[in-house]
Amino acid sequence: MGLLELSEVSRDFDVSRPWLNRVLEGEPRRTLRAVDGLSLAVQRGETLALVGESGSGKSTVARLIVGLYPPSSGRVEFRGRRMQMIFQDPYASLNPRWRVGSIVAEPLLHLRKEKAARVKERVDQLLVQVGLSPEDGEKFPHEFSGGQRQRISIARALAGEPDLLVCDEPTSALDVSVQAQILNLMAELQRRLGLTYVFISHNLAVVSEVADRVGVMYAGRLVELAPAAELFARPRHPYTRMLLDAVPDLAMSGKPRTPVAGEVPNPLALPAGCAFHPRCPHANERCRAERPAFVNSVACHAIAEDRIRG
Amino acid sequence: MILEVKNLRVEFPTRRGALVAVDDVSFSIAPGEVLGVVGESGAGKSVTGLAIIGLLEPPGRIAAGEVRLEGRRIDNLPPEDMRRVRGRRIAMVFQDPLTSLNPLYTIGAQLEETIRTHLALAPKASREKALGLLKEVGIPAAEQRYHHYPHQFSGGTRQRVVIALALAAEPSLVIADEPTTALDVSIQAQIIALLKRLAASHRTAVMLITHDMGVIAETAQRVAVMYAGRLVEIGPVRDVIHSPQHPYTVGLMGAIPKISLSRNKSLTQIDGAMPRLNAIPPGCAFNPRCPRRFERCAKERPDLSPAGASEAACWLHEPRRA
Amino acid sequence: MILREFFSRVWENDLAWSFRRSPVTIAAALVAAACIGGALLAPWLAPQNPFDLAALDLNEAFKPPAWIEGGLAQYPFGTDNQGRDVLSTILYGTRLSLAVGFASVLLAMALGVSAGLAAGYFGGRLDAVIMRIADVQLSFPAILIALLIDGVARVAIAQDLHDALAVYVLVLSIGLSKWVDFARTVRGSTLVERGKEYVQAARIIGRGPLGILGSHVLPNVMGPVLVIATLNIGIAIITEATLSFLGVGVPPTTPSLGTLIRIGNDFLFSGQWWITVVPGAALVLLVLSVNLLGDWLRDALNPKLR
Repeated sequence: MGLLELSEVSRDFDVSRPWLNRVLEGEPRRTLRAVDGLSLAVQRGETLALVGESGSGKSTVARLIVGLYPPSSGRVEFRGRRMQMIFQDPYASLNPRWRVGSIVAEPLLHLRKEKAARVKERVDQLLVQVGLSPEDGEKFPHEFSGGQRQRISIARALAGEPDLLVCDEPTSALDVSVQAQILNLMAELQRRLGLTYVFISHNLAVVSEVADRVGVMYAGRLVELAPAAELFARPRHPYTRMLLDAVPDLAMSGKPRTPVAGEVPNPLALPAGCAFHPRCPHANERCRAERPAFVNSVACHAIAEDRIRG
Repeated sequence: MILEVKNLRVEFPTRRGALVAVDDVSFSIAPGEVLGVVGESGAGKSVTGLAIIGLLEPPGRIAAGEVRLEGRRIDNLPPEDMRRVRGRRIAMVFQDPLTSLNPLYTIGAQLEETIRTHLALAPKASREKALGLLKEVGIPAAEQRYHHYPHQFSGGTRQRVVIALALAAEPSLVIADEPTTALDVSIQAQIIALLKRLAASHRTAVMLITHDMGVIAETAQRVAVMYAGRLVEIGPVRDVIHSPQHPYTVGLMGAIPKISLSRNKSLTQIDGAMPRLNAIPPGCAFNPRCPRRFERCAKERPDLSPAGASEAACWLHEPRRA
Repeated sequence: MILREFFSRVWENDLAWSFRRSPVTIAAALVAAACIGGALLAPWLAPQNPFDLAALDLNEAFKPPAWIEGGLAQYPFGTDNQGRDVLSTILYGTRLSLAVGFASVLLAMALGVSAGLAAGYFGGRLDAVIMRIADVQLSFPAILIALLIDGVARVAIAQDLHDALAVYVLVLSIGLSKWVDFARTVRGSTLVERGKEYVQAARIIGRGPLGILGSHVLPNVMGPVLVIATLNIGIAIITEATLSFLGVGVPPTTPSLGTLIRIGNDFLFSGQWWITVVPGAALVLLVLSVNLLGDWLRDALNPKLR
């Protein structure tokens, strides 16, 4: 039984124009389906990464998991005690008017109702755990660098003693060397505290460093889910292959690249059938008409029909 | 050489003293060559680009050194002359395509305006040239899209339009500041390929500023690594990436996550952070974080000296006495 | 606690430095301080208490300012038609104007900030309702609204209580006419804050909307509010003066600057100019200095201009 299970989860957003405009211009309501029928299970102690480009819906999934908004359909089942979240923007995730100590203490005060003396002790402990010092509790966020602020965010998340940590692009806004520090810290914390991570990112290289399993999302749908080593060695779905091909190659092995065509579709006007078909070199009539089911950890007609190796 | 930068120094005067954002930086770019300028935030790479094109926000100013474009100095030109150089002989591509294009005019109109201003072509000729540019940067259905407004384009296509605009006046130098950072990975690859192709075919010198080493690996022939406003290593891309000579570059390469089939246990990390401009240590700016530092490093600042196939500013590569 | 931290952050170097650098602002601050100081210390500074009807002597009426022939030293700016010393009346009147000004701005601020927070944070129907009310009110000039509320009050309250309650009605009417400015700004800032990740983090922890609004959102939206408040004090004082000038403000027995200007208006062209001009100058000086301070505050707090 997974620690976290999502069953056929969908999330719609109402992006209709204001009521008055709609009435005067005779426009219908418009909904944007950010996540469409996603199912996956997260096992205790693992790091599951969700990777995708803009419009893939991965950030929406993160927010659905923590309950910032409810799914429009489907179920999110969490069998642990608590979840916390770490956000992308180190500058917007900490209230600039609060001292760091208060920021880290907030979950303690609201979830555990600890006594005042014990709170300070615990806050100091947490700050040290993430590589800062107890004196930093007296300072304000603007006195810290981006990497240090992410450490503070991690400390705040840990204060709530979560089983599951949802990380939404936690290092995307950081410099490479700082990113390495934070990723190493997160790995160490996972080992020491037995945490489970859901790691959202658009950066495949980062994902390959941290993930046990990887889910690839495109236009709100899960198109492939595989253990990390397998996904990077033998990508199956045409989109995954295209994505891996497109990553700038530091090793410069000079591998030939299939020319990449097209762009991510407009979420308000998704192609019929398989959302990837306009860009897929293997698309046939069925792909244009029928949406592929997620079967055998991949959602692709060409693979199901054995037209390409799966 | 199209661009020659010699001992460039850019300062930002503040009431607490001048902050040196670019400190004694020198490099050059040949026609058709792409030079990558890589560094983390605060390293001074964007400021260098802005200084070259003369778009430094006051009170920032070039305090010393010179910038030569095709042999002639441009850093000391009066604003009116610089304005003519900008756009005609140097073009810039910024990170955010949305703010580089005027939302009120069609892209065709904007292209034609640039062409007519700098090349003084007749309307029909400039329209043809504009269409040609759009096709060259790979915009499908160029004739129709010519009359579209910027908001009707998606991110990647908009960036292509911006590149077309940059090339419209046939500049000798294009400065691209994080041109692919805001784009999706798959689009990034397309734009990188485009820049590379255009540089070669137009014989334009390209200064590619980015924090993403992977982009540089794909696009550039040479790379310059900046740290705290200083140039710490410069050399051919393959050499800098595979055998970095400066300890900072070594650390940087180790810290970059790479797609590998076995999951690495941990990334190399450089402890600490790049110093802020008002707290740069004496001697070598990197010395407090350097695993290989010795006594001289905290006292004297090293100049660039040959190190393998590149040059590195490090006392480990003591310059040979002449 | 939050307020103290806010002030300590605000008064650090940058703001104080920007203050010291602007001679206009320093001058404005001094003038405003003088006006406010004089008004606060009126009972001790004023030669006479103009609100004390028993102390007035009609024989002393229409005395010109001291430097003009016929003037007396004890009445530096002369007397009005009822024998009130103009200087004393200015001091006491400013006091009244300032009290009404500050109180009405505080009321507007309390109403407006609450409405803005609610509209911005909860959105939906509540937002639509509040903003539509605001839009409707904005289509009327503030003075008209104040007059309307004042008129309604006059009808509603018994005749003999009018004078006693006049000041409260005045504060209410000016306050109610100005809440919209605060509400709109706060709503905008709240919308921005609502999307910030630290607010989302607080929601994940499980904090309720009131806690989040009070401890996370409010401290971050107060900046522009203070600037608007400072600028609105000047407007409130002028509004009170206008209402008093029109005769529907403070009762005539406790004149404010506006009342004085009105009284003096009748005598302007018959030679007793000082009854209007001197209070008028005082009003201009007060409002101008407060406005200049507000301008400086707005520019100093604007990070883009630094």
